[in-house]
Amino acid sequence: MSRTIELAHHVLEKVDDRAEAEVVVTGGVSALTRFANSFIHQNVAEEGFEVSLRVAVDGKVNAGTTTSLDNLDGFVDDTIAIAELQRVDENWPGLAAPLDVTDPRHYDAATADATPDDRAGQVANFVAAGSGMRAAGYCETLGHNVAFVNTIGHRAFGRYTRATLDGIHQTDESAGSGHATSRHFAELDGSAVGATAASRARQGMDAFDLKPGEYEVVLAPECVGTIGIFLAFYGFNGKQHAEGQSFVELGHKQFDASLNLYDDVHDSRAIGVGFDAEGTPRRRLDLIRNGVTESVAHSRRTAAKAGTRSTGHGDPGSDQWGPIPAHLFLEPGESSVEEMIASVERGLYVATFNYCRVLDPKTLAVTGLTRNGTFIIENGKITGAVTNMRFTQSFVAALAQGRVHAIGNDARFADSEFGPGFTYVPSLHLEGWNFTGGAAG
Amino acid sequence: MFDLAQAAVEGALAAGAQYADARVVISKNQAISVFNAEPQSIDQIERAGVGVRALTGSGWGFYATSDLTPAAARRAGEQSAAISRASASVPGPDMPLADVPVVADSYETPYEEDPLAVPVSEKVDMLIAVTKTMLEIDGVALATGNLAFWDTNKWFVSSQGHRIHQHLVESGGGYDATALGEGETQRRSYPQSFGQFETGGYETVRRWDYEGNAARIGEEAAALLTAPDLEEGEKSLILEGSQLALQIHESVGHAIELDRILGWEAAFAGTSHLDLSKLNTHRYGSPLMNITADATLPGALGTFGYDDEGTAAQCVDIVREGTWVGVLSGRDSASIAGLPPGGMVRGDGYNRLPMVRMTNVGILPGDSSLEEIIADTEDGVYMATNRSWSIDDKRLNFQFGCEIGWEVKDGKLGRMVKNPTYTGITPQFWAQLDKLAGGDEWVHWGTPNCGKGQPMQVAHTGHSAAPGRFATVRVGVRA
Repeated sequence: MSRTIELAHHVLEKVDDRAEAEVVVTGGVSALTRFANSFIHQNVAEEGFEVSLRVAVDGKVNAGTTTSLDNLDGFVDDTIAIAELQRVDENWPGLAAPLDVTDPRHYDAATADATPDDRAGQVANFVAAGSGMRAAGYCETLGHNVAFVNTIGHRAFGRYTRATLDGIHQTDESAGSGHATSRHFAELDGSAVGATAASRARQGMDAFDLKPGEYEVVLAPECVGTIGIFLAFYGFNGKQHAEGQSFVELGHKQFDASLNLYDDVHDSRAIGVGFDAEGTPRRRLDLIRNGVTESVAHSRRTAAKAGTRSTGHGDPGSDQWGPIPAHLFLEPGESSVEEMIASVERGLYVATFNYCRVLDPKTLAVTGLTRNGTFIIENGKITGAVTNMRFTQSFVAALAQGRVHAIGNDARFADSEFGPGFTYVPSLHLEGWNFTGGAAG
Repeated sequence: MFDLAQAAVEGALAAGAQYADARVVISKNQAISVFNAEPQSIDQIERAGVGVRALTGSGWGFYATSDLTPAAARRAGEQSAAISRASASVPGPDMPLADVPVVADSYETPYEEDPLAVPVSEKVDMLIAVTKTMLEIDGVALATGNLAFWDTNKWFVSSQGHRIHQHLVESGGGYDATALGEGETQRRSYPQSFGQFETGGYETVRRWDYEGNAARIGEEAAALLTAPDLEEGEKSLILEGSQLALQIHESVGHAIELDRILGWEAAFAGTSHLDLSKLNTHRYGSPLMNITADATLPGALGTFGYDDEGTAAQCVDIVREGTWVGVLSGRDSASIAGLPPGGMVRGDGYNRLPMVRMTNVGILPGDSSLEEIIADTEDGVYMATNRSWSIDDKRLNFQFGCEIGWEVKDGKLGRMVKNPTYTGITPQFWAQLDKLAGGDEWVHWGTPNCGKGQPMQVAHTGHSAAPGRFATVRVGVRA
């Protein structure tokens, strides 16, 4: 922690009064143990610091990032020199003024210090839970420190940890997945996660091709997490919204009244630090309240254009891609997955989505596939497995008023295909999902 | 820098590794983005460090640090060996390494104009000009231009005696116009979706005549708003070159990765529909389908001198006259499969474990042309420039959306259609390839954003392609 702060101050001192400047230093250790065919085949770790500096010289802006700590003085000089050659950035919003930043305290020393043997132990338990099957997946631990300083006196420091165990068990004809993420490594249970994956894989055998069409669905949290990421990236994004590319219509009832979605790094279950890369304190942002679209995320740049204030989403890349909520919580309901399945006459239970891509951000029409467990529900019971199916579906339309039959009571971190730790969501029971192809095309 | 890499390797060997290699990598990246004729972001990124790979029994251990001192490099080597030993608690069969010549050599990308020496202001001015041109078209609301350049030096040392220095230079970019309609967006991009990237200097950007195409791109984006949707049905599909390149990337390039075929990527990227026992007999496509993985193609994005295991760049046949004959491999995967190592293992920067990646996986040119193909088509659709892409974990079931399409009737290009999509199953789709262009229309398209691995790695890959026709394909799928 002290080294990140020290580096940040060193860079700021070097800038001196030559520019407006903000500095972010990230440091720490990341480690990931990967397994396939039931043995550990790739096992990696890295340590180091990354220094990012954004400067504005009379409104001329440039940004740089380096890992070369032995040439920080040259890095500062170069970043300022390149800025001086730029055009004036008419939309430069200036620096964040000093504000109190609350540290959400998302750091667990035991997780940051987890060893390769610790991770191997989780993998061994996962593998053992699927006797006779082939296991594949990963166990990751990381501990990151983040320091922010700027030339008008704002300072912020934070740190967080994350631990994930995610994997599949495979038979010759099926696969099933299990997932767990926490900021505490000790909360991972390799045996339980492995047992879920093994159970889904066994249940997935003897799958048949189902005719494409619209089916009622119960979506497991991994599917809902992927939906959440797409809503956040393409919709609740202040830049996309200002440009007219987002589906978001503020104040309109665009979703079922049962849905409440918010972004909050200060939630007791979240993972992250209490400020963004511009130093703005993060605060809870209600995105959907009782089905009504309430807000979009802002960085200082998009907020200035929209005439509002930053919501603390000025993360790296936000100038280009826009500010994106990445600590998403969908409020749980009261239904168990078993109750949701029991209420379906004919439909599908889907464990995970795969390779989702957007056809048009305005409608949020997305194509993707099911993976690692797709099951037919008949008369309230899972009666068999079906092969992976392709869908082409507007994620917004799927959640519209009257389309959400039930919300699960099983909210947890969902490891969407875009990574773990971004979405904490339950299962959903939806009126329909548009499947446009099966294994045969 | 060789000494630092050597210190890392010695640290790993001293800690018990049976094999070790190390890369010191210093990578400079410049990324410039302009939005609606104003600078949006200008970033200069330098990442430097050493990554060490150690093998003990069945598992690799890898450790990376940004601390470029001899002591830190040696410590990283020791850590990599300790990690590989920990893998042994969940062991598999030993991971053998195929033999490759041990070389001391160097390689540099041929380039004319150092892209990082071209003033940022010149690049920004050019992007402002093209976005301004697009914005002048009625209906265009958003115009974005991007340029990106990479200058990478890497020093590779192995415990078997390799000492290789490479200096790789990559350049490229592009722009797009977006028109906003009632509940829809329509986009056109140039030279292709996400831009066109190549190995080489700033001359590669100049060759694409950014300014000369901006008005057309803007006009097409605006015109799409009033174009009809492509109707659902089955018909002949003609793909423009960059879309065929992406089709190759997704439905051939990833499927032939030997690590996927062996199950090493099963949980994330997926496996493959290909079965090694059917190598040299499996029918991948029509006789017009000749695919190579050629890391020696001048100017292509996946070109280098040596891969990150010290294996020399080479050209490998993948599909010959429609029959599957080759894979993408590294020293460990090739040895397990009993195949020669392909020199296709690369890592994303100093801090990622090298893994099997595409080089330049492309289709060899045919003897037709787009004009001839259209003239020969009775009822079809011509689609250009990717907009969406999705394929399953075995690389079989795919669906692509393109930015723009035109009906083709009785040998003539007809009306423009919007939201063109097509879907299919890999071998059945490639079996329909019945016309393929060549000559000047054969282009080394570059993909700068190929994701794979955990932690995620992004690779730069090349895909030579020309326009081609597929006889009967399902088109017009929509939500």
